[in-house]
Amino acid sequence: MDNSLDMQFSAGGKDLKYVGKRTKRPDGVDKVTGRAQFGADTRLPGMLHGKILRSPHAHARIISIDTSKAEALNGVKAVVTRDDFEDRESEFVPAGEMMVNYRDMVRNIMAREKVLYDGHAVAAVAATSIVIARKALKLIEVEYEVLPHVINVVDAMAPDAPVLHDDLITDGVDPKPTKGSNVAKRIEFKLGDVAAGFAQADEILEKTFDTKPVHQGYIEPHACLASFSESGSADLWCSTQGQYLVRAHCSKLLGMEISKLRVTPSEIGGGFGGKTVVFLEPVALALSKKTFRPVKMTMTRDEVFRSSGPTSGANVRVKVGITKDGKITAAEAELKYQAGAFQGSSVQPGCMCAFAPYDLENVNVVGWDVLTNRPKVAAYRAPGAPISEYAVECVIDELAERIGMDAIELRLINAAKEGTQTAYGPKLGPVGFVEVLEAIQASDHYKAPLGPNQGRGIGVGFWFNIGGETCVSMSVNEDGTLTLITGSPDIGGSRASMCNMAAEELGIDVDKINPVIADTSSLGFNFLSAGSRTTFACGMATIEAARKAIDNMRERVAQIWEIPVESVIWEDGAARPASSNAGEFDPMTLPEIALMAPKTGGPISGHAEINAQGAGPGFGAHMVDVEVDKETGHVKVLRYTVIQDAGKAIHPSYVEGQYQGGAVQCIGWALNEEYIYGEDGRMQNSGFLDYRIPLASDLPMIETIIVEVPNPNHPYGVRGVGETPIIPGLAAMSNAISDATGLRMTELPMSPPKVLKAIKEASA
Amino acid sequence: MSKYHVTTTVNNDDFEFLCDTSETMLDVLRDQLNLTGSKEGCATGDCGACSVVMDGRLVCSCLVLGVEMEGKSIETIEGMADGEDLHPLQQKFLDHAALQCGICTPGVLVAAKALLEKNPDPTETEVRYWLAGNLCRCTGYDKIIRAVMDAAEEMRAA
Repeated sequence: MDNSLDMQFSAGGKDLKYVGKRTKRPDGVDKVTGRAQFGADTRLPGMLHGKILRSPHAHARIISIDTSKAEALNGVKAVVTRDDFEDRESEFVPAGEMMVNYRDMVRNIMAREKVLYDGHAVAAVAATSIVIARKALKLIEVEYEVLPHVINVVDAMAPDAPVLHDDLITDGVDPKPTKGSNVAKRIEFKLGDVAAGFAQADEILEKTFDTKPVHQGYIEPHACLASFSESGSADLWCSTQGQYLVRAHCSKLLGMEISKLRVTPSEIGGGFGGKTVVFLEPVALALSKKTFRPVKMTMTRDEVFRSSGPTSGANVRVKVGITKDGKITAAEAELKYQAGAFQGSSVQPGCMCAFAPYDLENVNVVGWDVLTNRPKVAAYRAPGAPISEYAVECVIDELAERIGMDAIELRLINAAKEGTQTAYGPKLGPVGFVEVLEAIQASDHYKAPLGPNQGRGIGVGFWFNIGGETCVSMSVNEDGTLTLITGSPDIGGSRASMCNMAAEELGIDVDKINPVIADTSSLGFNFLSAGSRTTFACGMATIEAARKAIDNMRERVAQIWEIPVESVIWEDGAARPASSNAGEFDPMTLPEIALMAPKTGGPISGHAEINAQGAGPGFGAHMVDVEVDKETGHVKVLRYTVIQDAGKAIHPSYVEGQYQGGAVQCIGWALNEEYIYGEDGRMQNSGFLDYRIPLASDLPMIETIIVEVPNPNHPYGVRGVGETPIIPGLAAMSNAISDATGLRMTELPMSPPKVLKAIKEASA
Repeated sequence: MSKYHVTTTVNNDDFEFLCDTSETMLDVLRDQLNLTGSKEGCATGDCGACSVVMDGRLVCSCLVLGVEMEGKSIETIEGMADGEDLHPLQQKFLDHAALQCGICTPGVLVAAKALLEKNPDPTETEVRYWLAGNLCRCTGYDKIIRAVMDAAEEMRAA
């Protein structure tokens, strides 16, 4: 870590050859030819197929599970239930931007005392074919005592609500309750004195908003292949955002030593935070442990919706006070986030980010983590932040209208900048929020005229970004090519970014670097590809590994030239004498040095083991034009621009890709996507036909403006870019619809029936 | 349970296999013929990740039964490149960074190729509607549409 902290911004004043260039991604050809191996594409001889029996009830006590008939079916090799997983102590550990608890996790992967949601795993079988495995599930007899359930977050907080966990005592309230409830936690972030702040306000606006759970919607369902050996060690191949966290969770749940489990990440078909936790993996391992045969498991799309983690639905109250000249005097919010069946929603980052775009003196944010009979939520891109910032940005927009001020001007007056004290803790370093707002004002889009029934909306977003533990190893091969070994799954082009940075450092052609994503036994611990950390943290470690490899090569050349290592410099892919005083030597290129390696001390490599600190917060804004059809309530997106500070775009195409993909996820969340439940507490739209994510035909091109205000803590100035793009769009869409219709909707999604209803109510 | 004997052609190679009536073409392609380039995203014909061309017609292979492959000619993503030479669409997807995770890419490419064979000069709207059956969650479709339009232009000029 110390090594990384004193890294200099080496790019300063220097022409960059690879950083910032649109190089070809090294894994590209395999991904356009169908060769790339994703989670479900791995198979082994003697492989069994695993399937999971899932709860048909939202809430029920399990009286008994009889697996005898299933076990007797020819072809069935193993059945596992709650009895096959040892109970675990309550222990919170980090998993991405959220925490997980092993006592809860062991219950989430396989129900114990109760089933807590429709789709909760109850038993699993491994059989010689999928057909037999499906048949076997039908032979498992489960006796349930059905209990009353609760789906809505506000209902779940009521004193008479059905309680999921009788022993769950609310944390963070005084006096501490004596009775269990669905409220896991109360948190609060305070700055200044909000009462005094509101007293200074000329206008105060208070509104309450509701959002529904939405799914990350990765196109690749969860999939894995587990193979347990009689020796007690095991291999696991799976689609994940973090093979090391999978290893940690599975070894804990299976009672294994960490070194005995090797997890190899496949190519990952989308994650967005949803593949930071485990569902099938420990179950497949348990089935394999019983049979000593490889067990493959994949989820159906229905299972992905019902049984993996969507993000929270929430109820958010926001109150903001403002002076006539646009100064925000006080801001207050209360966030109620549903966590699903176990505690640990994204309410904390929701609270942290809520007012973070603004430089405020008086802030009070209270968050509640609330359990409901739904699948346990998982991270979904900037977890928690889109929900809270949606509510805040709608209120800000309406306040601007009330005082007759341009919404960008109002935001500029209050914009967070270097030195701003956040309500959640740190003072901000250099950030690019003002630059983002000014880029909007300067854009063509901002000045373009609008037609009838059309409206324009703007929303902004803040995400703090993270760093974390990272290992990278770089080998100089015998022929002078390089192998770059990282431990962060490539979720959207990160191999290309790593190679750009490594090539820049080494001064060699980017094609000479072959990147590999390591399994857990081949490289030390790496945190997840999550929290917008990969290009920042893995990039930092890559740069450090490259610099160490360079130092190693300088030493070898110093040996050959018989001069001090300080007299050898590295420039344009070759070692050179530092000056004519050092001696007259022809430069030695990387392949020449590699060729000499056996005679100068053996293999050459560079390693970095860091805990990357100093992630630069990412600010962004979305601007959207919509047209509202007043006959049908349909909202058409006409034009969309994403403006965001990337710090430094290492590979602009993939930065744009993050902006565009996030924007479209915003559009889906704002207009269509939601979990729909029946009276029975069962999800009614667990397929892509009824849970409608945006299609190509719904959309315009997504314009992007990359703002670059460097993060001083990264050698090239990188900020994370993956999270922020999903934050500003919910409010931007809502503000645009408001601009087009004169109506303020306070519930997502703003689907055609709801928009139509709002229009009809307003005209009645 | 007796299985059906099926003779078919995939990417110009003749294949024979046995399958039962519950197996889809996608199951057969992936599990029996080891052609895992076609992906299962939903198994209900909603996502298009399993798109293949059967006797010249674009289909979701998850909605076709394995036994229906009898006597048919199937084209999958594995048959799209000619040895080392990528199809212009494949090349343009790389040039435009039109993929992030890459899981939808095989299906999108197969569908886009079918479009350009039918309509070599599509408008942006025509591309968007043709690809409406191929879900992508990463890219927001922008770069995909640009890549297809660019490939179409290059193929017209060739």
